[in-house]
Amino acid sequence: MTLKARVIPCLDVKDGRVVKGVSFVNLVDAGDPVESAKAYDAAGADELCFLDITASSDNRDTIFDVVARTADHCFMPLTVGGGVRSIADIRKLLLAGADKVSINSAAVNNPDFVAEAADKFGNQCIVVSIDSKKVSQDGEEDRWEIFTHGGRQATGIDAVSFAEKMVQRGAGELLLTSMDRDGQKSGYDIALTRTIADRVSVPVIASGGVGTLDHLVEGIRDGHATAVLAASIFHFGTYTVGEAKRYMAEHGIAMRLD
Amino acid sequence: MRVAIIDYGSGNLRSATKAFERAAREAGIAAEIDLTDRPERVAAADRIVLPGVGAYADCRRGLDTVPGMVDALREAVEAGGRPFLGICVGMQLMSSRGLEKTVTQGLGWIDGDVVPMKPDNPQLKIPQIGWNTLQLKREHPLFAGIRTGDDGLHAYFVHSYHLAAAKAEDVIATVDYGGPMTTFVARDNKAGAQFHPEKSQALGLALITNFLRWKP
Repeated sequence: MTLKARVIPCLDVKDGRVVKGVSFVNLVDAGDPVESAKAYDAAGADELCFLDITASSDNRDTIFDVVARTADHCFMPLTVGGGVRSIADIRKLLLAGADKVSINSAAVNNPDFVAEAADKFGNQCIVVSIDSKKVSQDGEEDRWEIFTHGGRQATGIDAVSFAEKMVQRGAGELLLTSMDRDGQKSGYDIALTRTIADRVSVPVIASGGVGTLDHLVEGIRDGHATAVLAASIFHFGTYTVGEAKRYMAEHGIAMRLD
Repeated sequence: MRVAIIDYGSGNLRSATKAFERAAREAGIAAEIDLTDRPERVAAADRIVLPGVGAYADCRRGLDTVPGMVDALREAVEAGGRPFLGICVGMQLMSSRGLEKTVTQGLGWIDGDVVPMKPDNPQLKIPQIGWNTLQLKREHPLFAGIRTGDDGLHAYFVHSYHLAAAKAEDVIATVDYGGPMTTFVARDNKAGAQFHPEKSQALGLALITNFLRWKP
């Protein structure tokens, strides 16, 4: 048959607890990540993503325990990101039970780290997470720039050429988040997603901005992503993962409905 | 029964261990799942699992780095005829050679080389990451009771290379990714899955259960 599009619920984890902010502020504590993971596993999620958003603080070791407890209960593929800065970080996450690790700021600060990680663990487990904002004005050709520190800090780096560079260095997958759209529920930045997906040889995961099930359809159909990531629509129960997958299938996207 | 999962520093071994424990428990099979880096425990195991992620050459080097491990594997699997399951790069290592990065000798159990996948549709991404169905080429006890084909259960894949088997009879199943790619091989007491049974939900648990019951 064919490879199916993936629906990936994402849990933002802080101090071992689930949170989801609107554009990365106003965080709301809403649950135990392991319980959420089990629920998503049972609901047919194709993968699960944990983003540890307090990785730089004192409590960063809590994520290893969350990953290990999740791996004990769930048999779905697990990607973990947030604060991944060293080969030792990656090894610890993989040993705890992560299948893939996503690298964000460290890839911007030191692109060679991505090459080193891919060499060590294989391209297939290295996801590079790219946070960008549209910086072109209306009427100009679309341009997006990389932002770090939860979207607060501009880098001046062009998102499209950065994506290509990351694939050359060995990224096996790209997680593209539009910081303009994140938390806005107005849909993915389709132009951004499609521009990069059409330019690189590796799978692209669309992220940032899902408010309706049509947005998931658009991410695959129009954005040319091979996977769609969403957080709050699932976490707050607006839609179930099962509803999302059936809706996408009804709209002509090949889905796994086992 | 003791099942040795070989720990040579490659990949998500916790998930593999947990999946085998769960399959045994749910099927009521008394099995000790032994994640081990000790060759003597591999040599004496009743069943052997070789996981692996990353590059072929790195995995081969990792296996060779554990003194006596390859000899223990050959003793148990070749001389002892114990059931063997390779997973992902563990399956690829069953081949004659791997051509990823450099030319690396495999274990030589399945004739053929591990080569880059070249989908006939240029829009398909490499690696293949995600869920796909399997096309069964010939019956095999490890697929007993498992629904395959376009309407079958899905398996989880993460790979850029596949085993181009020299002998068609060694290929039990393929996956369609811009053409048929080898996804399950078997010969005598040795079997290997390119996909990840430990991540493949219903299909994976059924396949692991079949492996625990397999009497080749």
